[in-house]
Amino acid sequence: MEYMSNAAVSIYNLGFTYPGQPVSCFSNLNLKVQEGERFGLFGPNGAGKTTLMNCMTGLLKFQEGNIQLLGHEIAHHKKSINRLFGFVPQDFSFYQELSPTENLAFFGAWSGLNKTEIKIKTEELLEVLGLADVHNKKVEQFSGGMKRRVNLAIGVMHDPRILFLDEPTVGVDVHTRHAIINYLKKLNENGTTLIYTSHQLSEAEELCNKVALIDDGKIIAHDMLQQLKQDHKEDGLEGLFLNLTGKSFRDS
Amino acid sequence: MFKLRSTILKDIRILTRDKLGLIFMFVMPIVLAIVITAVQNSTFEMLNTNTVPMLLCNRDTGEAGKQMEMAITKVGMFDLKQVMPNVTDKEIAERMHAKDAVIAIIIPADFTQKIKLKAGQTAKKALKNFGMQTDSLLSTDSSNIQPITLLYHPVLQESFRHSIQGALKSSLQMVQNKEVLKSLYFSLNESALPDSLENDLMNNQIAINEIPISRDGSRNIPNASQHNVPAWTVFAMFFIVISLGGSVVREKLNGSFVRLKTLPTNYLVSLISKQLTYLFVTVVQAAVVFSIGIWLFPSMGLPKLNLPADITGVVIVTLICGWCAVSYAIMVGVFAKTQEQANGIGAVSIVLMAAVGGLLVPGFAMPESFQFVMKLSPLHWCLEAYYGLFLEGGKLKDVVLNILPLLGITFVIQLITLYGLKRKNLI
Repeated sequence: MEYMSNAAVSIYNLGFTYPGQPVSCFSNLNLKVQEGERFGLFGPNGAGKTTLMNCMTGLLKFQEGNIQLLGHEIAHHKKSINRLFGFVPQDFSFYQELSPTENLAFFGAWSGLNKTEIKIKTEELLEVLGLADVHNKKVEQFSGGMKRRVNLAIGVMHDPRILFLDEPTVGVDVHTRHAIINYLKKLNENGTTLIYTSHQLSEAEELCNKVALIDDGKIIAHDMLQQLKQDHKEDGLEGLFLNLTGKSFRDS
Repeated sequence: MFKLRSTILKDIRILTRDKLGLIFMFVMPIVLAIVITAVQNSTFEMLNTNTVPMLLCNRDTGEAGKQMEMAITKVGMFDLKQVMPNVTDKEIAERMHAKDAVIAIIIPADFTQKIKLKAGQTAKKALKNFGMQTDSLLSTDSSNIQPITLLYHPVLQESFRHSIQGALKSSLQMVQNKEVLKSLYFSLNESALPDSLENDLMNNQIAINEIPISRDGSRNIPNASQHNVPAWTVFAMFFIVISLGGSVVREKLNGSFVRLKTLPTNYLVSLISKQLTYLFVTVVQAAVVFSIGIWLFPSMGLPKLNLPADITGVVIVTLICGWCAVSYAIMVGVFAKTQEQANGIGAVSIVLMAAVGGLLVPGFAMPESFQFVMKLSPLHWCLEAYYGLFLEGGKLKDVVLNILPLLGITFVIQLITLYGLKRKNLI
């Protein structure tokens, strides 16, 4: 099969049900993210954002359909294509007993980098993300904002072509958020496709140029952010969100 | 290779920063080896250096009572404290409660009289059987003889009590035999048994020559250190489950595992790294405990641990035992859902496997129904292999039959671990 060369992520007829659950999370879900986009995936709690991201990164095995990253089917080439993407999970995904340098050295090796590449990338990331002064301190002594930056640094260590970000700025102060968003924009300018979820809609509006709204396992809107706002006569993403998903609680 | 090296480095860093884990892994086996060896050694010494405190109340004024006293003294395992004959049984019990002694012996007042009576009866029965004429048998029933009373403190273990009882029975038998002999001699010769003949007959026992059956032909009697140091080293190796099992669960539960799954490296690299890192730890554990047995024990008044002649054998057995222990710990970590589960299941299962494996009670002393279960415990095979080297003076070839089952068990554990990883979509 030939696929469009400029699609970073292509999802075809995705069907996924958690083992032992009677109701499926997704059924016949289709979505395409083009290379170079800053793509935002939004939805209420329990809508399926994290599950969809876990399917895209191979953390969950889906039962139906097909997901391709840069034209590679993840079901058939899982480990070989993992080099193509980076993942920044919502939880702190590193060893708190180690320093940022030690964490980057370990995860860099697991990402397929050699010793020299690790050294160069570590110095660069520690500098850019403001961690150079604390590079030898154990991460467990860090503030939440510093830990978020370490979490991000590990995800981009191997210069991935696609970067999945699951609420990368949750619980951080304005300065850290500002630094992270600016860094992500810079990465995108250098060609990295960003796929991002968050409940910080103002931040999302600042970062994303294209969005999809997911609700109850279905994509209910998918377009350029400006276009969606225009179509639904909303000024901001928050208004658009409430307009399309309603105002009732979803996880009660 | 670079990935494996980086992972080993990461594991070593995390391990060396876990102070509590290190205490568990190194201090615990040292303390166990010292305490258990000291306790067993003092028990051994107590039995061999006249230090079991015993109260002796001889209410008999006759010769047999005195002979019984002498016979007990000759046994050589008691520290005798004489009690006046008029002291009551209750008072003796009170002295024992005050920990004055753990055993007391009361020789009844008519002991000599009854012993002589019984000896006379036995001698006459014997002469009659030989067809010789004797006076009519006395009608006194020997069951009327008041027994010697042995009082013991409840803290005294059953096995220990039995060995004391055995020593007393032997003393009593000696006194009785002497009386029977005297009575027989008198019936035949109508004169008293000469002292020289009595000594020849009673004290000229054939010696018992104790020889430990070592494979290397040496006649060194194994001491408490030879028994305990290898046993508790094996226990400590398997107790690594607390640190390693917990580490696998922690990695599974914290976010780092999610990230590892998304990276282009198989999780097996992490498991191989953990096996190598912790295998090194088990070897260091063994080296530390053995070194303490060799160099520190003598300065603490404990018997020195003698290393077997086949050092290569010790190293290989240690490596295989360590590998089995590490494999078991990883399996527990893979299947446990929480760290508490890993610690609880890990610790309890090791204590159980140690118990059925012969670490707490010797295997030969276990009921037959446990003999099969014992063979399923990897600790049993580790212990047997070490005992083959440390106690029997064997070489590696002599313990191959212990190593092979151990390797088999390790292989099964590895397969179960792989199945668990596959089922949980971890590899």
